[in-house]
Amino acid sequence: MESFNRNPVRAIRIHPLDNVATLLDDAVPGPVQIVGHEKMVVAALDPIAAGHKMAIAASSTGQSILKYGLSIGHAVRNIAAGEWVHLHNLASNYDQRSSTLDLQTGAPTDTSHAYR
Amino acid sequence: MPTAESSSWLGWLRPDGRKGVRNLILVLYTVECAQYVAHAIARDEPDTHVIGFSGCYDNAYAIRLMLALARHPNVGAALAVGLGCEYTQAGRLAQLVRESGRPADDFLIQETGGTTRSIDHGKSILHKLRSQIKDVARVPMTLADLTVGCECGGSDGTSGLAGNPVVGRFFDYLVDAGGRAIFEETVEQIGLKEILLQRAAHPSALQQLARAYDKAESYCKSVRQWSASPGNFAGGLTTIEEKSLGAFAKSGSRPIQGVVRVSESPPSPGLWLMDSVPDPHYMQFGYTNPNDTEGIMDLISGGCQIVLFVTGRGSVIGSPISPLIKITGNARTYEKMREDMDFNAGLVLSGEQTLDASALDLLALTLRVASGEPSKPEKLGHREYFIMYKHQDTPGLQQGCHA
Repeated sequence: MESFNRNPVRAIRIHPLDNVATLLDDAVPGPVQIVGHEKMVVAALDPIAAGHKMAIAASSTGQSILKYGLSIGHAVRNIAAGEWVHLHNLASNYDQRSSTLDLQTGAPTDTSHAYR
Repeated sequence: MPTAESSSWLGWLRPDGRKGVRNLILVLYTVECAQYVAHAIARDEPDTHVIGFSGCYDNAYAIRLMLALARHPNVGAALAVGLGCEYTQAGRLAQLVRESGRPADDFLIQETGGTTRSIDHGKSILHKLRSQIKDVARVPMTLADLTVGCECGGSDGTSGLAGNPVVGRFFDYLVDAGGRAIFEETVEQIGLKEILLQRAAHPSALQQLARAYDKAESYCKSVRQWSASPGNFAGGLTTIEEKSLGAFAKSGSRPIQGVVRVSESPPSPGLWLMDSVPDPHYMQFGYTNPNDTEGIMDLISGGCQIVLFVTGRGSVIGSPISPLIKITGNARTYEKMREDMDFNAGLVLSGEQTLDASALDLLALTLRVASGEPSKPEKLGHREYFIMYKHQDTPGLQQGCHA
């Protein structure tokens, strides 16, 4: 990965069942080339950093989000194709604390009382 | 692909028949109070590593772990240093190491008389031990003599796409060549029970895997701690299920022979899962792997002569006893931390290298390190260790409070 601002920006869909793809480059709103299973182009609606996920199909609240062909949790609100999929719209089926973390940094927000 | 026959190097033969890729002296301290003296003894002694347990109250798990490390194939001799008050017995540790056929000694700081005298005394013991292991037999080693562990830490969106899959492919090669591979982190297999059980080599392995999985899930629920950190989320991972799927990729594709516990070596070749999760206990679960170093120590206690560490976000740690090889699937991390990163699996994601080619490169690097080439953390002098209170296979409470 010599350049991180490739044109076209790429994202990998690991399994044919997946409704998210993982960005291989940093994306700005605009077309993203999906590689892996079934090549297609999806327009990113948000800036999305490499390593993060983008919806490649719409999901409604409660629906399973699939990566590697398996559930990695459920949508906590409706998600449109092209949206950044992360802590704000995807929740674990096991871990509740992760939904309370800072969206950008992942830093905890529930231990503020100790930092004084 | 290199075969067991084509890749051979010289190792050190231990009395139990296992072979080491290093010939080290291990200094062990048995309480925090002896920590400074232990490190001072090992200062400026490149072949001498230090581990120790901080607590004054002893812990069966920690004792077993220290003994497994002191009788590790990469260790030729050991010196146990105690203060004198603590429960953990330096003399008994040294005695058991001697019974394994290795030279070993011990002393208590209170009996020796203070800091300076203890350091001088320890140094003189060290020199004696060194002269006793310099002629340990060198014997040819192949992949079939290797046990390699893999841990991941500081995972990001690349770990499950490149770093861990490359290790998985490497593990397939190692297992096919008759070696042993250990992966752990059952708390990072959350949601994967079905695919884990599908990999069982036989019905007894299936039972062991099911037990280990169920314990891990119930542990996480009970302590409300799931094995994911802020850096994982910043790196694009959103849920423990997603992180688990990526982490599991390091196991490759071969059948899993069963579950080993901390301080237990795989009894036969093949791929093994290590269970490092505490057992249910009257003092509650406690913590499982509170940091990456703890997990690496567990893998070394399982007899791994080399440990692979996959880190997407980047890390600078190393390990005592067994060289740590640091792998990243994130090309940005590789560029930023080149001094610390041994291997760039990011070439798989940029399309510059296939997974197979990357795994073969990793195999070649592992063979060079096994032959004596220092890994990057080894060269930099990183020897982080961590031994904690934990309850595994602890006998039931027989005695305690009379109240």
